[in-house]
Amino acid sequence: MSRWSSIAGLAWRESRTARRRLLLYMSSISLGVAALVAIDSIASNVQSSVREQSRSLMGGDVSFSANQKFPEKPRKILDSLSANGTPVANVVTFVSMALAERSGITRLTQVRGVSANYPPFGEVVTEPPGLWARLQEGQYALVSPATLISLDARIGDTLSIGYSKFVLIGAAATVPGDPGLASAIGPRLFIAEKFVPETQLLGFGSRASYESLVRLPDGTVSEKWVALLRPKFQNENVRVVTVAQREQNLSETIGQLADFLGIVGLIALLLGGIGVASGVNAFVIRKIDTVAVLRCLGATSGQVLAIYVAQAAAMGFLGAALGVGLGIAIQFALPVAVKDYLPLDVHVRLVPGAIALGLGIGVWVALLFALRPLLALRRVSPLQALRRDAEALELQRRKDIPSHVVNIALLGSVVGLAIMRADGWRRGALFAAGIGASLLLLWGSAALLSTVARRVVTARWPYVVRQGVANLYRPANQTHSVVLALGFGAFLVSTLYLVQANLLKQFDITAAASKGNLILFDIQEDQRAGLDSIVASQGQRALGSSPIVTMKITTINGRTIDKWAAATGIPARHWALQREYRSTFRDSLVPTEKIIAGKWIGAAHLADSLSEVSLEKDVATELHVKVGSAITWDVQGIPVKTKVTSLREVNWARFEPNFFAVFEPRALASAPKQFVMVAAVASDTTIARIQRLTVARYPNVSSVDLSMVRRTVGQIIGRVSMAVRFLALFSLAMAIPVLFSAVAATRRDRLREGVLLKTLGATRAQIGRILLAEYALLGALGALTGMLLSFGGAWGLVHFVFSGTFSPALLPAAMIALAMMILAVSIGLATGREVFRETPMAALREV
Amino acid sequence: MLVATNLTKEYLSGSSRLAVLKNVSFTIPQGAFVAIVGPSGSGKTTLLGLLAGLDIPSAGTVSLDGVDLPRLTEDERAKLRGEKVGFIFQSFQLIPTLTAIENVQVPLELRGDPGAAGRALELMDRVGLADRADHFPAQLSGGEQQRVAIARAFSNAPRILFADEPTGNLDGETGERIVALLEALNRESGSTIVLVTHEMPLAERASRLIRLKDGDVVEDRSR
Repeated sequence: MSRWSSIAGLAWRESRTARRRLLLYMSSISLGVAALVAIDSIASNVQSSVREQSRSLMGGDVSFSANQKFPEKPRKILDSLSANGTPVANVVTFVSMALAERSGITRLTQVRGVSANYPPFGEVVTEPPGLWARLQEGQYALVSPATLISLDARIGDTLSIGYSKFVLIGAAATVPGDPGLASAIGPRLFIAEKFVPETQLLGFGSRASYESLVRLPDGTVSEKWVALLRPKFQNENVRVVTVAQREQNLSETIGQLADFLGIVGLIALLLGGIGVASGVNAFVIRKIDTVAVLRCLGATSGQVLAIYVAQAAAMGFLGAALGVGLGIAIQFALPVAVKDYLPLDVHVRLVPGAIALGLGIGVWVALLFALRPLLALRRVSPLQALRRDAEALELQRRKDIPSHVVNIALLGSVVGLAIMRADGWRRGALFAAGIGASLLLLWGSAALLSTVARRVVTARWPYVVRQGVANLYRPANQTHSVVLALGFGAFLVSTLYLVQANLLKQFDITAAASKGNLILFDIQEDQRAGLDSIVASQGQRALGSSPIVTMKITTINGRTIDKWAAATGIPARHWALQREYRSTFRDSLVPTEKIIAGKWIGAAHLADSLSEVSLEKDVATELHVKVGSAITWDVQGIPVKTKVTSLREVNWARFEPNFFAVFEPRALASAPKQFVMVAAVASDTTIARIQRLTVARYPNVSSVDLSMVRRTVGQIIGRVSMAVRFLALFSLAMAIPVLFSAVAATRRDRLREGVLLKTLGATRAQIGRILLAEYALLGALGALTGMLLSFGGAWGLVHFVFSGTFSPALLPAAMIALAMMILAVSIGLATGREVFRETPMAALREV
Repeated sequence: MLVATNLTKEYLSGSSRLAVLKNVSFTIPQGAFVAIVGPSGSGKTTLLGLLAGLDIPSAGTVSLDGVDLPRLTEDERAKLRGEKVGFIFQSFQLIPTLTAIENVQVPLELRGDPGAAGRALELMDRVGLADRADHFPAQLSGGEQQRVAIARAFSNAPRILFADEPTGNLDGETGERIVALLEALNRESGSTIVLVTHEMPLAERASRLIRLKDGDVVEDRSR
């Protein structure tokens, strides 16, 4: 038997009565580990599912798409591919009102006209089964299951789409190339491509997207195949996307989401680390006598450290393993819970890498945080066995090289983990600095509380209050650890709540501020009067209409967009350069916008050949243009030269027509245009009636019931709120074991003192009040500092990440602070319950 | 052999130095049974700590079998204790989480001794507690706990055994049995015993008595 295996055996036997307690301390890290394992495993599962299903998700191997019919050259290439036996399928997508004639309900739907061999990859699932091929046999329609319900339609019903009618033959539950998530949010309607012209909706000014999907022979590398074709599609305004690109984009998005959630997990883990450090500190205090005896019996400082590090490592491993178990449970439960919102079937599998990483990080964090207090055990003098010495505690606190090494390792680990999880050293370093600053602030406020308590306590105060407050600064006080644990917990919970409240509040304001609740669009000029009369016939009024003119940018400051892109470093395919702008013209600002640079239309006196245009600030940034820049627009074949005379900030969240570019009226007055109209309608039933009348008279006009949109958005926000509340509860749950550990550090001192006071005649009520005074003050300070920190954190998130305006929700934050305070007092009193339970004699013997 | 030469121990008390031991010198030959006596605060326990290498003197030296203890590091002294020194404490100082026999095994296990279990059982038998070997300290009486402590002290066959008020927490009769056991083991093993006590009847049983007062040796006589 070697010396070290003897030490391992001794460590195991010596831990007998401490295992449960150590495990409780170590369980502080379990939730953090659970979060990391769950997030990494789910991300990995989703990513491998994306890899497996990417062809089905896209419906093919290569997608060619455009916002107009394909020009001749690309069309010919695709036709020749098809003629050579490569499966090419087409889908044209546009938005239209659908009217279920029997129920009389109208819905704005996304219509997808599909060719016979669509999709070239993957299976369509219909209810009843086997209906997909029938679409091509006549004017039949399939709708997404949610649309079937919202139209209150049945199989066999007639659906009016534009100027044509289709027979509803069933529901399309799964269609490759049309993810379930998208169809759950936006109603889908499938018809055959060849019957699309019957709707008469794809005429002038209509918005439609055209896509051709190509299926390549198995084993063909889509990127290689498409490389030969790309040059031929350049300058034809046809986007070419391969399945590999789509897969990569999806993977990156999932990766970014996982990174963000991983940060929450990491915070949980670090908070757990603080809990471990506090708990192990309590453990160390209990072990001083045993260590002193071991030292007398010949144990070296290395052997002592080995015994307790082995115990901490074993329990840390168990704590992390508990977390892994919980993480795996979440990994399996979550995809089931959110199945309807996922764009693909997630195959849940254990991810050994994620498990090993979670376990490794968990054990490492537990050990590192435990090592800090454990190092003090090396300095326990054997003299302690002969007589208790106040010097022993001081000795523990003395710093030496190993302590500094552990501190540096701790700091390095936090920064390293932050960089690893935040996907980038800069963000990671900022995140670590943020955590460091928060901890420093909490530490500072705890120190301040100790100092203030020392100064303010006077003999005039009642004894129990004086004693309670004195506990905040006397030797071996728990002020720092409790304020740190509680403050960090309050910080997390309150930040999450404030961010949620601010985002939702912003939505409420914007929704309430919109006067109209029905938006009608795709209105031809000659249909405006008719629509006005439809609205008026129902006793309602139209609030106004905006003209819409479609256009594209041709030059900026005299350079073609390619040259402008090259000169400014913007990608040539950047959306802001390539998009079809739907602009308006007017001579006044609307309430949803304000000028932030330059002067509004009318102030500049330009030559007749030049018109004024006002750009939205973000699109101006994307285009690298400013006030004074010259832009030439292609307005359906006619060049319109403009000068940017102002930049606007637009509140897009309000449900009102807003535009990237607003022209002075004379520039576009004679251009072909459509209109969008906003109406204020009294009730849902009147809205439905107006929609029905509109579809019947002007099938090309679409409309959106904003009340319904608000309800839908409200539901989505409700779900987001639920997720946020879950995160907040998760943080709260995390704070409990950490607080227990923090309070445990001084449990023996409290017990000793309480019992002595009882021996000297103190009543249970008096001892209770002393503990109450102490924990109420600790709780108040921790919670309030955490709350103040959360205002800073939430402001940063709302301002920088969500680009919103932050307003502190004082009352709810105060409620959270109060809850945390109550938690601290409850845990403190629960820990002190032994004082009440024990008789003075029994307790003194134990102490 | 244990040699103390000009042993001095001072503590800082505020800004002044307080001398707890002043230039104490003596030699204890191997196999002797020495009692150190004196009133409370005379420096007995401090002297014991210095002699056992638990603490280092402010001045002077202690040499155990020719090894100068203050020159060793704390870990070197710990190893030396593990090999040559045994302890018995007033409050027994058994490790509460270990059973009686496991407590006895500790010094041997720290050395990686493969025969730890057998030797421990033998000693438990010798102190008359073989049948209580698997009991935890809290399940034993004070006298039994001290017998386990004695077994532990002898487990590494120490060259010297330090006993700090070994009967201080025991009733007279039990204390008497403990001292008898100590004497017997001393005779059997040839270990030196240094006993610190304030109980004169107990001290009188030693072969030599060193009396301390205010940090000075005021009496050193052999019987």
